[in-house]
Amino acid sequence: MAEVKNISEEEVWSALENVKDPEIPVISIVEMGMITGVELTSTSKCVVTMTPTFVGCPAIGMMKKDIAEQMTKLGFEEVEVRVDLATSWTSDRMQPEAKRKLEKFGLAPPPSLLADEELSEEVLNRVRCPHCGSTDTTLRSSFGSTLCRAIRFCFHCKQGFEQFKPVQ
Amino acid sequence: MNNNAVKELLYKMADDALIIGHRNSEWTGIGPMLEEDLAFSSIAQDKIGHALALYTILHDVLGEPHPDQLGFMRKEKDFHCCQYVEQPIGEYDFSLMRQFLFDNAELLRYEALTRSSFEPLAQLARKAKGEIKYHVMHGDTFMKQLGNGSEESQARLQSALNNSWHLALGIFENSEFEKELIQEGIFTGEEELKRKWLEKITPTLEAANLKLPATEENKIVYGGRKGSHSEFLTPLLNEMTEVVRTDIDAEW
Ligand SMILES: [Zn+2]
Repeated sequence: MAEVKNISEEEVWSALENVKDPEIPVISIVEMGMITGVELTSTSKCVVTMTPTFVGCPAIGMMKKDIAEQMTKLGFEEVEVRVDLATSWTSDRMQPEAKRKLEKFGLAPPPSLLADEELSEEVLNRVRCPHCGSTDTTLRSSFGSTLCRAIRFCFHCKQGFEQFKPVQ
Repeated sequence: MNNNAVKELLYKMADDALIIGHRNSEWTGIGPMLEEDLAFSSIAQDKIGHALALYTILHDVLGEPHPDQLGFMRKEKDFHCCQYVEQPIGEYDFSLMRQFLFDNAELLRYEALTRSSFEPLAQLARKAKGEIKYHVMHGDTFMKQLGNGSEESQARLQSALNNSWHLALGIFENSEFEKELIQEGIFTGEEELKRKWLEKITPTLEAANLKLPATEENKIVYGGRKGSHSEFLTPLLNEMTEVVRTDIDAEW
């Protein structure tokens, strides 16, 4: 029988950094704030809980599979990936580093929402163009190519760009 | 907790979401402009996601059949959607008006449910309401833009509103469990929801230069919540189950 190796929680978190939301391939699901818990129930079993960005996110299945694969690679014999609805994903769960990466990727990061602020076009307008940095932009559509994106246009560089939508 | 009351609530919400989701998705590829194509497709995707989440609660927590079974294998009379969501997409003005009227009701419903004593539903509501806010923002924005646009766009919206009114009021058809739902803190009830909805949409319609039609109680289209549907539901269900019938393992 193979020797049971002790896998630390740190190793689990760092392996999870390898899993990306296929719709936003530059940041990991950890940086996205999608992992809500890691539990090592025994030396051979681990439970990972995640919360999807949108309830109907079509990539959840794929990410669950990727997480399980990473855990198996680490040496766990048994892996359980739970979808956690108790914790709502909000765009403020995104790590600051993730927001910088998004902008470099050409996707404007979500503006922060104040605690009791109502979502409005005004909130969406607190954004700068990821191409040229101008704030002279306008909302073209609050729905884009994926559930989490809105479409904008920059008057300064005359280019369209996508914005990651703030979610409360 | 009164399980039958909760089930009734979950079924009607899930069925509304599934059916309106499919209707909205019919705009994919034929929207009047690319942005609207994307909007209706995205809203559709969210709705079908919510339907799946609600069917999952019915299955996991309340012991009902598997979500695929619930979504695709039930008979027409077992569906509890209101007749409003079954109606064909019609012209764009009809669909836009429905998106506005239905989603405003939906957002208020989910907001009330964030405080539900039935925790699985409260959790889902907290998450879904952030998404539905975008749907409402879409409907509200377009009402104001088109209502204050050309004479034709205003007239078309007004006639869409007139044609939709008694269908839309059917959303709030009372269930036999209103008292239990309210007493047990599961939901604030359809009457309270309708009151809030009227309060919410009236100023938006006014700002859009549109007149609220007079309500004639006997014209309100009820029945959907009790399994009695328009002639449009069965053809839609047949179309939806075509994929399942072709490939039983297809994922949705
Ligand atoms: Zn620019």
